[in-house]
Amino acid sequence: MKTNKYALKRNLVAFSFVVPCLVGFAAFYMLPTIRGLWYSFTDWDLFNKARFIGVQNYTKLFRDKDFWTAMKVTVLYVLLNIPAQTLLAVLIALIMNKATRHGFMRGILLTPWIMSNVVVGLLWLWMLDSSVGIVNVLLRRMGTDGINFLTSTKAALPSIAMINIWRHMGYTGLLVFAGLQSVPKEIEEAAVIDGAGPVRKLVSVVLPYIRPVMAFVVITTVIGSFQIYDTIAVTTKGGPVTATYVIYLFIYKNGFESYKMGYSSAAAMVLFAILVCISAVQMKIMKGSESN
Amino acid sequence: MSKQLNRNGVSPALRAVITAGIIILVVATLFPFYWVVRTSLTPNSRIYVDAGRLLPPSPTFMNYPRVLGLVDAATSVALGGTGQSVNFLVNLKNSLIISVCVTFFSTLFSAMAAYAFSRLHFPGRDQIFYLILAAMMVPGVVMMIPNFVFVRQLGLLNTYAGVMAPCLIMTPYAVFFLRQFFLGINKEIEEAAYLDGAGQYQTFFTIILPLMQTALVTLAVTTFINTWNDYMWPLIVGKKEEIRTLTVALGVFRSQTPQGQPDWSGLTAGTVLAIIPALAIYGVFGKKIVNSVQFSGFR
Repeated sequence: MKTNKYALKRNLVAFSFVVPCLVGFAAFYMLPTIRGLWYSFTDWDLFNKARFIGVQNYTKLFRDKDFWTAMKVTVLYVLLNIPAQTLLAVLIALIMNKATRHGFMRGILLTPWIMSNVVVGLLWLWMLDSSVGIVNVLLRRMGTDGINFLTSTKAALPSIAMINIWRHMGYTGLLVFAGLQSVPKEIEEAAVIDGAGPVRKLVSVVLPYIRPVMAFVVITTVIGSFQIYDTIAVTTKGGPVTATYVIYLFIYKNGFESYKMGYSSAAAMVLFAILVCISAVQMKIMKGSESN
Repeated sequence: MSKQLNRNGVSPALRAVITAGIIILVVATLFPFYWVVRTSLTPNSRIYVDAGRLLPPSPTFMNYPRVLGLVDAATSVALGGTGQSVNFLVNLKNSLIISVCVTFFSTLFSAMAAYAFSRLHFPGRDQIFYLILAAMMVPGVVMMIPNFVFVRQLGLLNTYAGVMAPCLIMTPYAVFFLRQFFLGINKEIEEAAYLDGAGQYQTFFTIILPLMQTALVTLAVTTFINTWNDYMWPLIVGKKEEIRTLTVALGVFRSQTPQGQPDWSGLTAGTVLAIIPALAIYGVFGKKIVNSVQFSGFR
């Protein structure tokens, strides 16, 4: 009896450690996720009473041209971003791996990643300005016409991708570098003895060995790229026309400019579903590499 | 040891390529920062004439007092401002208050929870932890609208509390991150404390927390930087001028630009103000941040 009471007291004290955390979690993570799902089935507009309308938001969404534009632009952005960034990350990691003072280099290359997207966006807004930006000043000095990086429909999205690659290359490079450090020397040496050149060694020995890290890098980059917003909000604002109109802008505009909370929530849920699928693929790749 | 391997394993040609690669990467990383500082020291009247000059033409510090709201409107226009009101000093203060509070409370409460999830026992412990872990998958935008509505219902729109609310007590990542470290604590340390008659709270605050200093500082630094950099949430909750954080104010300053060219020297001066605190923290805790990035690659 006495020990029971003692155990109960211990349980209560232990539980009191998590009470603040649970309150925060319930209020700002669990409740909003459930509420968001509920809103997506209503016609709520922030001012009038919400009415349950079944899956109407979703069916409307799939017939909404704006939504498909935003989806297309987002996917295009992801496709522009991923190959370039992954390749650059591997390259940076290889250089770090051979550099004698890689500590110093890691420190410098990570700096852009510490800065906010707003700061990075403004930095490049200025660098890439059509008339006085230094990049165009230099391009014109070299005898070209210069490029309207952020103000032409063709160049805007690739420019945004470039800006984000600049911000993230040190970070992803560092992740791959951490993976490279875990490759046992014997494996590399064995490949060399077997007559593999440096490229062959990289492609068929080193990269497969660090597959989990590579999967992590690619998937986090994909998930992050789907959620791009800040950079575009301070530079192109979705334009010119719809050249950089990504899904986050669609959700933001419908929610906080048109107050279509239900509709906007439905779009957020669709994005959520897409990201869950991508994460599922990640798990599968990670699992596959464990059994090898 | 590794130095020797490098020297022996790399041919001179490859060495040259690597050195060139390093130089290109470092210049590409640092030049935009230099260029924004250079522009912030340039008077607005010289922006267009000397657009390509490497050093700031007729350098001046006046852009800083101008965007910090330390000079009156007429002087500001005379200095090249567009006449829009900027008061980054207030925004700087807001960003500091919000970031410091969020960092302190979320680190404290997340540490308490992480300790309980790794070390203490109570019914439902692991189920609750997995629920929190699952929440890491939910993208921010899903919770943004309901959180906005909730904060509005609480009457906290345009208050510090409203801007801080979602991350003030905990983030799933913080709990996950710290739990990994608490799992590694030697059980005997706690048992010795209990034998000495210390309670769970006393053990946690006087023995466990000091032991976990490195992990706590790493988390605090990342939390501070994330809060400092946040844009979308403070944008929708803290629209009012007195509550705006520096990132939000920079966005507003940029979009209020009258037709034509923005006030580049003002904008770049503001950008530098936003860079300095993040850079200062990075300068002091850089190594911890680099290590935590490597940690995230192995989780």
